[in-house]
Amino acid sequence: MNLLTNPALLITILVGLGILAWLVVHYRDKSRWRKVSPWSYLVLCFMIVVSAFPFYWMYIVASNGNEEISKNPPTLVPGPRFMTLIGHVFEAAPTFGLSIWNTVVVGTLISVAQVVFSALAGFAFAKLNFRGRKFLVLFVIGTMMLPSQLGIIPLFMIVNNLGWGSTLSAIVVPALVTAFGVFWMRQIIDAQVPNELLEAASIDGAGVIRVFRSVVMPIIAQSSFVLGLFAFLGTWNDFLWPLLVLNDPNQFTVQVAVNQLSASYTVDYALMLGGAFLATAPLLLLFVLVGRQLVSGVMDGAVKG
Amino acid sequence: MTNSAAKPLSPWKASGPKKAKKRKANSDDGSVVQSLNGGWGYLFTAPFVIMFLIFGLAPVIYSVYIAFFQWDPLDFTHVYIGLDNFVRVVQDEQFWLAVRNTFSIWALSTFPQMVMAIALANVLRNPMLKFKTFWRTMLLVPNITSVLAVAIVFGQLFSRDFGLVNLAREYLGMSNHINFVSETIPGHIAIATMITWRWLGYNALIFLAAMLAVPNELYEAASIDGASSWRQFLYVTLPGIRNTITFVLVVGTIGGLQVFAEPLTLAGGESGGDSRQFSTLTLFLFEQAHMGNWGYAATIGIMITFIVLIISGINFVFTRRLGSGENVQ
Repeated sequence: MNLLTNPALLITILVGLGILAWLVVHYRDKSRWRKVSPWSYLVLCFMIVVSAFPFYWMYIVASNGNEEISKNPPTLVPGPRFMTLIGHVFEAAPTFGLSIWNTVVVGTLISVAQVVFSALAGFAFAKLNFRGRKFLVLFVIGTMMLPSQLGIIPLFMIVNNLGWGSTLSAIVVPALVTAFGVFWMRQIIDAQVPNELLEAASIDGAGVIRVFRSVVMPIIAQSSFVLGLFAFLGTWNDFLWPLLVLNDPNQFTVQVAVNQLSASYTVDYALMLGGAFLATAPLLLLFVLVGRQLVSGVMDGAVKG
Repeated sequence: MTNSAAKPLSPWKASGPKKAKKRKANSDDGSVVQSLNGGWGYLFTAPFVIMFLIFGLAPVIYSVYIAFFQWDPLDFTHVYIGLDNFVRVVQDEQFWLAVRNTFSIWALSTFPQMVMAIALANVLRNPMLKFKTFWRTMLLVPNITSVLAVAIVFGQLFSRDFGLVNLAREYLGMSNHINFVSETIPGHIAIATMITWRWLGYNALIFLAAMLAVPNELYEAASIDGASSWRQFLYVTLPGIRNTITFVLVVGTIGGLQVFAEPLTLAGGESGGDSRQFSTLTLFLFEQAHMGNWGYAATIGIMITFIVLIISGINFVFTRRLGSGENVQ
């Protein structure tokens, strides 16, 4: 009965059972297991608990409420009030759902644009012979070292002068293409696309656009996807710039909306952590689907060059 | 430009001999394809170059310009004041307090994290390790969370009366509750914990990738010579990931000097707490911008840039020297 009234507990138990089953299945091959010090596994398990705990804690607080967590010893299991307390988030910030939707739209636009523009420019910088190429590449690398705060005040002025103050355009347009994305794509194309292939295609009569579309794009599809993911995550989590430019609750991105919940004078942890949970849960779902690609993206970036 | 989306990726840090070989193979103009019409390069790079000039380069140049003005956005007064903003910033106690806070948080979050990340990578490096993908994936989870969400959760965990950290200390026999919000050093430790939590797994994966690029023959040769696993780590692994250490330090410094959401949330205001103990450089910049002192805020931005460049230079020289002495190759 309790299970039915408490989706929180149900989900927790299901996830736990899933992990357990998965571990059992993979544990069968004992020969390899023994060659690694048990300490390694202990350390890794500890790290995972540390990594997961704050997420778990968000849910604990958001499903128990302030009274339950304000006692000693504290509650460490999910409570029954998740839906009620999440309802409070939407009462305190009526546009919260809209903010999530805004962020999804903005993040998608930015990811797609960054992938397309970065791939085009990265391809040109890696493979095409035009005057100024080397200078531009060096220039891009140089500017990547500058902290983003340097230009943030004038960027704010530019965006306001363009009439985009407190609109989502102010978030989208400056992020459509970044020096970093271009540089990353250049490195990827340099490392993954063999020149012989491009030469062969062009000898067969394919023009530059054709070569890009039919030869380069299929090869870099996987890396493009990873770049897009990181752009999406970055947009979702960006805080400083949206906080600076956005004033209208209808235009908020999700982080600004979450910040609104903690900006009041009384500290309401259940409300704040409920908001943080809502802002994080979609990312965790996304991570379940594409976590492996993200890992390979991070690690590829580290080796390829 | 303001978007730090791309920061997590890190293509240029490569290390190890595998990489060096690749560099030689297609570096410089040898890598371009001569049979393709280069003229298309202008068209392909145009969107990027145009956007970059407007939203990337122009703001940087403009910020240097307005740093010479007393620039109030509300009454449109732009008074040229020469170097006054720079004189003011150097004499501003609040600025130096922000420098102190930023460096304190940076040091507390960078160095323990580097050691832990390298150790963790060394554990993950073992080819016999089971569930490789699982561990790697789980370690990356904290990194995808927003800084703000992290700050809110940890703010609660570190709260004075019923925060788990203080309750755990009580359980361990330390009955005094630390006020992480009003005390400077505990507060900095709390913020450093948030940063470390978020970036440890990510950096461990970066180090792991660098370690996997170190050729196996080096380890085999070392173990034939009777080197213990600790000595192998010291004389094979560490020199092999030297460039990556520099890279992670530089990127960590750039990120560390931009710490913003954690202190804002923990302090609960732009001033960074009662004694400004959480006022980091970026928070200070934001505070001044909000007060309408745009020229001064731009000056702070320029100072942050100087600091980043100086630290990056020091990191670079230092790790170069550190590695050159014991380079096995």
